[in-house]
Amino acid sequence: MKKKLRVKRSKHIDETYKISFKFNGKLYYGFKGDTLASALLANDIHLVGRSFKYHRPRGIMTAGSEEPNAIVQLHKISPWTEPNVRATEVEIYEGLEASSQNCWPSVNFDIGGINNFLSPLLPAGFYYKTFMWPASFWEKYEYFIRKSAGLGKSPTKPDPDIYEHRYIHCDVLVIGAGISGIISAKTAAKNGFKTLLVDEKPYLGGSTIYQNSEYFKINNQNSGSWLEKEINEIKKIENLEIKTRTSVAAYHGYNYLLARENLTDYLPIERRKNKTRHKLLKIRAKKVITATGSIERPLIFNNNDRPGILLSSAIKKYADLFGVACGEKNILFTNNDSAYETAISLIQKGINVEAIVDNREEVDSKLIYEVEKNNVKIFKGHTIINTYGYRRINKISIMQLSKDGQNVIGSKIDLLCDCLGISGGWTPAVHLFTQSGGKLKFRDEDQVFIPNVYPSDQISVGACNGDLTLNSILMNVPKSLKDFLNIKDKDNVYENFDVLSSYNNFKRNIWLLPSDKVLGKTKSFVDYQNDATAKDIKLALREGFKSIEHVKRYTTTGMGTDQGKLGNMHALGIIAETSEVKMGELGTTTFRPPYTPLTFGTIVGRNVGEYFDAYRKTPIHEWHVKNSAKFENVGQWKRAWYYPKNNENMFQAVQRESKAARESAGILDASTLGKIDIQGTDASEFLNRVYTNAWSKLQIGKCRYGLMLNEDGMVYDDGVTTRLGENHYLMTTTTGGAANVLGKLEDYLQTEWPELDVYLTSVTDHFATISVCGPNSKKIISGIFPGLDLSDKNFPHMSFKKTKIGKIHCRIMRISFTGEQSYEINVQANFGKSVWEKCMEVGKNYNITPYGTETMHLLRAEKGFIIIGQDTDGTITPIDLQMDWIVSKKKYDFIGKRSLYRSDTIRGDRKQLVGLLTDNPNEILEEGAQIVADINKSPIEMLGHVTSSYFSPNLKKSIALGVVKGGKNMLGQKLIIPMENKKINVTITDPVFLDKENKRLNA
Amino acid sequence: MFLINCPFCGEREQSEFKAGGEAHIVRPKQPTELSDDEWAEYLFMRKNIKGVQYERWNHIHGCRKWFNIVRDTSNDEIKAVYKMGEKPPI
Ligand SMILES: [Zn+2]
Repeated sequence: MKKKLRVKRSKHIDETYKISFKFNGKLYYGFKGDTLASALLANDIHLVGRSFKYHRPRGIMTAGSEEPNAIVQLHKISPWTEPNVRATEVEIYEGLEASSQNCWPSVNFDIGGINNFLSPLLPAGFYYKTFMWPASFWEKYEYFIRKSAGLGKSPTKPDPDIYEHRYIHCDVLVIGAGISGIISAKTAAKNGFKTLLVDEKPYLGGSTIYQNSEYFKINNQNSGSWLEKEINEIKKIENLEIKTRTSVAAYHGYNYLLARENLTDYLPIERRKNKTRHKLLKIRAKKVITATGSIERPLIFNNNDRPGILLSSAIKKYADLFGVACGEKNILFTNNDSAYETAISLIQKGINVEAIVDNREEVDSKLIYEVEKNNVKIFKGHTIINTYGYRRINKISIMQLSKDGQNVIGSKIDLLCDCLGISGGWTPAVHLFTQSGGKLKFRDEDQVFIPNVYPSDQISVGACNGDLTLNSILMNVPKSLKDFLNIKDKDNVYENFDVLSSYNNFKRNIWLLPSDKVLGKTKSFVDYQNDATAKDIKLALREGFKSIEHVKRYTTTGMGTDQGKLGNMHALGIIAETSEVKMGELGTTTFRPPYTPLTFGTIVGRNVGEYFDAYRKTPIHEWHVKNSAKFENVGQWKRAWYYPKNNENMFQAVQRESKAARESAGILDASTLGKIDIQGTDASEFLNRVYTNAWSKLQIGKCRYGLMLNEDGMVYDDGVTTRLGENHYLMTTTTGGAANVLGKLEDYLQTEWPELDVYLTSVTDHFATISVCGPNSKKIISGIFPGLDLSDKNFPHMSFKKTKIGKIHCRIMRISFTGEQSYEINVQANFGKSVWEKCMEVGKNYNITPYGTETMHLLRAEKGFIIIGQDTDGTITPIDLQMDWIVSKKKYDFIGKRSLYRSDTIRGDRKQLVGLLTDNPNEILEEGAQIVADINKSPIEMLGHVTSSYFSPNLKKSIALGVVKGGKNMLGQKLIIPMENKKINVTITDPVFLDKENKRLNA
Repeated sequence: MFLINCPFCGEREQSEFKAGGEAHIVRPKQPTELSDDEWAEYLFMRKNIKGVQYERWNHIHGCRKWFNIVRDTSNDEIKAVYKMGEKPPI
């Protein structure tokens, strides 16, 4: 017969609003206000998943974000599918589809369940030990283990939702809107603080809001009604912002917090369109009040994990808030008064409570009398020794506890039930406090860790600060707020309360409850999600693990998605007891952000697709696009890579471009090169100090190539610098190095040489740079600038002229990175495109060919010019590059000079730049390939690697640059490049392959 | 993420700044006269203290000025901020 589990109208549930949803493919109904968990329980479904290691049937255990078991997959179809969602937090909506995880083929029949019987083979450390099994064993079972393990399935399509980030600055942030949080928010806001109150749940009031018993009263009203009035009042306060469904994920230093505001997850999918799903709030608060409450502890006894076993407080919440009975035959098992609160709630609603098993021998409180009055059998001084029922609990066995609580005595009593509530007392939720760097202290009376030392301007109040009863909350919270917010007596928001609290704080704490069986024959789960048992923890200690952090990793206790919110304290307790250390001295494991998992979309926000990173375009970019250029990312720049014509592939296009540049004319957009304008009376001296060569004697109007080192002597950047005037230079840097070079120069100027009169200005974006090269470049330039005398005498290589096209000012440098005669035209950026087009127009008769970075790289390699960051890697000195000629011997000092004769940098067997020619001229080497001499020796000695490699259309053979140990003195030697399926013979050559005499530059 | 009080701009987010390592390591005036060991001392040796440390920082996404801070590396508390060339206040 169908059970009637909806018991009584609850204000929170709208029974006129029916919602249908599917669980494991079957249709069910719930009401507006239900969570997936409450709706399933109302449909008498407890079994929702299988545990990770043993695949044991598991049910809903809690009613909040601490849930370890009831994690489900939402929706089957990508992109909407989402794994690892806690059923206790999902608000149901029309069309919701959820299914069990970690079971195959189904939750009721799960092949992995065999692990439960294999469990003697799967002790603590089984992940580590598994890999030590014979390899053949592993191969056989891997398929099934992979298929049956894992938590959920990731979506395979891009996330269709919109996520946003928002910065919030406030005077006071209150985390948690339970009774302590509400009191805090009202006190802060009423005293003029700009206050933000956040809570992870969809409603305010925490667990007090559904407290409607006669035994907890504030000012003669029951505590739930009192709080409801307070909430209605604070909603009207202007300087108080309230956010529900907002979970604080991380609490960093300086009161910087991240919170996730969930905006649409409770809506049917079709109503989420074009709405922001989550907002990541980046909160900087002057003061933080943490009021995160506490989490009920389970009890650790044999088979404490069956579906139908819940936290006692969860059973109460399902009854009070959702109007759902978790079972018809309820038994409660406790070591404190909380279970009696639950019992009273159930009795009030007509839900049957069969019995209460209480650890405590002598107990005395009004709550207990009330329960006894209702003819509930109370077994004092008893413990549960075993539970029964595979897919749902149906029976428990209890025995009497010995005086010391370490053994059971007397005879076994069996009790039938379909639901068991367990209560091991309360653990203050100090997760966020410790994330912020706070230090805890251990309170022996009730065995809890509470905040001790605050690292920033913050306090914890209420249950998360160890005030676990209504009495102590109302006595202590207003007092702490008064001090924390510096509130004068006359501005007090709360005067003394008249409180009735019937809770007796006495608890009998036994971390691991005894059974009539030896520990080895029991399964007492400490971490439900990761299937870590008390036995595993003791085994880890026996195997020599002492540190709590090590035990945690070995047993995987606390390493699930719930970070062990329920069982961590018991793990600590068992370790402390076993190794006879005091809890306070043992310390705790570290709680890490996020408090509850975040989806990647929330973290990434809007920074997806084209917004992933900023990108920079040159003023000529549109022309490249129109002329079908392929682009390459260089730092943040989009650079034209090559311009394929008539279905050419990259190789063909680059061969054509390279030939054209050497045979007639090529044109390159070089606007991305870094440009730094350097002025001041000490500009020449400054360049002397930052480059390896001398600058004082450079004539005005002349250009010079410079190499910049790090202080460790390694090549850092290079480029041509032009002397524009007596105290005025224009430095160019590599495209990727521009920002760092400017930063480095500023650093030296500000910190080491503040006496120098030098001013640096980045002008990279202010100028477009167009490089025209090739034997016909002079003709093209003269066509554009008819008035300019381009004779080698007036305008030789490495010099500069100022001129104009119409009214446009141009700076022309005759410098070359290709080895061809070449002119670089610099114009104000906004004229860049028109000047480029003018070059194309004038160059038409000379087959002027636009080329991209790939051809530029090929042309310079033919000439043996290096590229910083390709042929160098931060371990190469100018001497290694065979560029001794650029290192001044006369200069007393420059950055990196001293390092050039350290014992390490003068070694003869350093990797040095060489040219490499393959025996087969058509064989192109792979960049990065290793270079060796002897492949018979093992291990093979790596002499170096290929840094640049191309097929040269102008030399009609493959050419490469590389670095080789002692390569400078190996000219003509044969070496080997071993590849996966062949070895390539190469000969070491000079790195300059073309026009060693520089005839083409001055032709 | 901590807040840094730039001596030129005022309090700003850490993300606007770049850390520049240990402070008060002066580049030798006459590097050529140093032995390999002495040069290596300047070049490589850094303290990396757990506790109070003197550090160079650059307001790279702001005024681009370099300055020094005194920071407790164990809890990121910044105890003082002062300009380049000034003596540490503590
Ligand atoms: Zn600044």
